[in-house]
Amino acid sequence: MNEKRLLEEEKHFETMIAEESLCSNENLVYEKPETLIDTPMHYCPGCGHGVAHRLIAEVVAELDIQDETIGVAPVGCSVFAYNYLNMDMTEAAHGRASAVATGIKRVLPDKYVFSYQGDGDLAAIGTGETIHTCNRGENILMIFINNGIYGMTGGQMAPTTLVGMKSTTTPFGRDVEIMGNPLKITELIAQLPGVYYCTRVAVNTPNNVRKAKKAIMNGFKYQELKKGLSFVEIVSNCPSNWKMTPIESNKWLEENMLPYYPLGDLKVPQNPQKAV
Amino acid sequence: MKELKLMKGNEALAEAAIRSGCDGYFGYPITPQSEVLEYLTQHAKERTGMVVLQAESEIASINMIYGAAGTGKKVMTSSSSPGISLMQEGISYIACAELPCLLVNVVRGGPGLGTIQPSQGDYFQTVKGGGHGDYRLIVLAPSTVQEMVDHVKLGFDLAFKWRNPVMILSDGALGQMMEKVELFPQMPRTNEIYPWATTGKTKDRERTIITSLHIQPDKMQEINLHLQKKYKAIEVEEIRYEMIDCEDADLVLVAFGLVARICQKAAQLAKEKGIKVGVFRPISLFPYPYKALNQLADNVKAFLTVEMNAGQMVEDVRLAVNGKIPVEFTGRMGGIIPTPEEILNKIEEIYVGETA
Repeated sequence: MNEKRLLEEEKHFETMIAEESLCSNENLVYEKPETLIDTPMHYCPGCGHGVAHRLIAEVVAELDIQDETIGVAPVGCSVFAYNYLNMDMTEAAHGRASAVATGIKRVLPDKYVFSYQGDGDLAAIGTGETIHTCNRGENILMIFINNGIYGMTGGQMAPTTLVGMKSTTTPFGRDVEIMGNPLKITELIAQLPGVYYCTRVAVNTPNNVRKAKKAIMNGFKYQELKKGLSFVEIVSNCPSNWKMTPIESNKWLEENMLPYYPLGDLKVPQNPQKAV
Repeated sequence: MKELKLMKGNEALAEAAIRSGCDGYFGYPITPQSEVLEYLTQHAKERTGMVVLQAESEIASINMIYGAAGTGKKVMTSSSSPGISLMQEGISYIACAELPCLLVNVVRGGPGLGTIQPSQGDYFQTVKGGGHGDYRLIVLAPSTVQEMVDHVKLGFDLAFKWRNPVMILSDGALGQMMEKVELFPQMPRTNEIYPWATTGKTKDRERTIITSLHIQPDKMQEINLHLQKKYKAIEVEEIRYEMIDCEDADLVLVAFGLVARICQKAAQLAKEKGIKVGVFRPISLFPYPYKALNQLADNVKAFLTVEMNAGQMVEDVRLAVNGKIPVEFTGRMGGIIPTPEEILNKIEEIYVGETA
């Protein structure tokens, strides 16, 4: 029955599209920024990576800093981030994105440099680099996508996998006795004096997407101050490896991830309005 | 006017880095090369504004090099054996992404944590690969503190000429000992923008992507074929070696780095005993002077390879000679430096064997 209704809706939508009036200029509210490459993404339907990429692209376009921005992609699902972001990008080894970003920023201190890493990359294999990059207060933006799972390798446990959460390597749910507790790395690094701005956002609802964009915008703008590192955690979903529909996954995120990884600022600059 | 100084190998190398207009050094302390980082943190910034950063590990430092080299800047790191082992993954990425940079290994005795005394036990790792995949480093082997200086300048030139990482394969003795060196004048740091570098995408060009990831086998094969073609060209153009008294020698000692100098002393002792001994010293270990050794094998009765390891370069000498003449080996391991006398004993042993 549902299928029939969907087909009807689709037909209705097609009819509407066919009417030129709908496509008139005043009705166009969405535009692809030139910093986002016009190509299909490899991400699964409903995945938060695509939204996060778009936010970065929008911010770089709005700040008009494409020619001054260098990004660092990780190993993981977002290994191909450089296929979508129309910016100079370097592909790092697993876990080393923040060290690579450090190298770039140190020799090009006036450029905008950001790294983009998942939870396995940033909080497991790259924990050392993460902590020391933050501690040195490198003037970069670190974007951390936390979906509690290893996506690219097919759904293994991540350092951020919730207690009891099933993955291919915790088939009976994450057992604290064996694997310890999920790592709140953002809380950990927020304590470091080198970190200027630290916040946790999500991309599961339109409202949260807007907040996430603001956080990324802050992270880019704060680089101009040279006062330390900006760290933006984005709590995201993984419908494929969580074995849910996109809508179910966003609901599950709200009910399970957010209580453990609460949204909000962990560290904000003292006088941000004066500074920027 | 010549600028002469008495300097420790590691410090001379660091001084040469500043003078060659190096933009950045990222490193981690490890004996016997920590003086490089110490010297640079003390002198570099005020003289040229060069970036010097102590990383949290060798893994971090090689990845900082990867990022910084990708911007087209002149960057380098140095370490000693266990630290270089940690860097291998990053070196493989840098080689595949074809980024120029200078790497220095002040080798100590291994395996494992080993010893802090000098060794040449990393020949295989440096010359044959070390990291994963089919790649090559251009490898230079200094035998004097003077060459610790000269190879920095040469190394940067080769790295940018070929867009390839260059490794200086030194050892703990060369790093620690003091010798007279002639320093070259300060070179300016350049602000050259390379089309392959990540400096921010401008309107007039496509974005730059530095990556070693090519999922499609066809594409990865293409990258490999391109690299192999480059390595072949390097093998034609960049072979460096030195021959000492080889013209009328019966026996030639083949050795690189510091050991080549000990071999010169051994050759002198042999001559005093009426044995005509020459010394062949490969300076570039990749590309290796196979052809020169092969030609030399037509005129001498035997080669004796001497190394501070269990016999690593000797495999390349045998490849070069291809069975024409006997290739003997003697060496010391674990941080012990062979003496001229023990090399002489081996020479006499072979010489008696050859003449009997």
